[in-house]
Amino acid sequence: MLANAILIAMALIILALVLNIWRVVIGPDITDRILALDTLYINAIALLVLLGIHMTSAAYFEAALLIAMIGFIGTTALCKYLLRGDIIE
Amino acid sequence: MLDIIISIFLILGAGFALVGSIGLLRLPDFYTRLHGPTKATTLGLGALLIASMIYFSSRGEVSLHELLVTLFLFMTAPVSAHLLAKAALHLRIRSEVDLPKDEQSKP
Repeated sequence: MLANAILIAMALIILALVLNIWRVVIGPDITDRILALDTLYINAIALLVLLGIHMTSAAYFEAALLIAMIGFIGTTALCKYLLRGDIIE
Repeated sequence: MLDIIISIFLILGAGFALVGSIGLLRLPDFYTRLHGPTKATTLGLGALLIASMIYFSSRGEVSLHELLVTLFLFMTAPVSAHLLAKAALHLRIRSEVDLPKDEQSKP
């Protein structure tokens, strides 16, 4: 029951990742691509959490936390660059 | 019993993440596209983390460090969405309706 649910959830998340990459490829503007990359890292965290449940290992949460922090910093830096032409003023 | 609850949360979370990504792909312009991922995907990840919290708590000691990821994401998702909307207004990205005036980029 639980193993099947994890597999189905993984399939759904991987489909979501493929859709995000498709938006990164076709995105007409630079902000669309940044938004797609933002969604991509959130879905990657979801996949890591699912892997942590699947393998019954708590080590995946540190990776999830690191990806959350670095993804947020990346999105913020790109947006600041678009807004100001500089990241750290 | 606990398996059923965890499975429901897992499918719900993955479904919400997929709905957010479909919204990202299908909606017509950038400002509507901003809605899908920043709400639905964050909610989906919250449901997945609740499922993980129940699962690891049912195996012995109480596990609460998923709350860190949840709190961090729920705080940072609106901030990044706000920054993206500001950048798009600054660059005058094409929109289906008229945009409000950008107060900051006045000469």
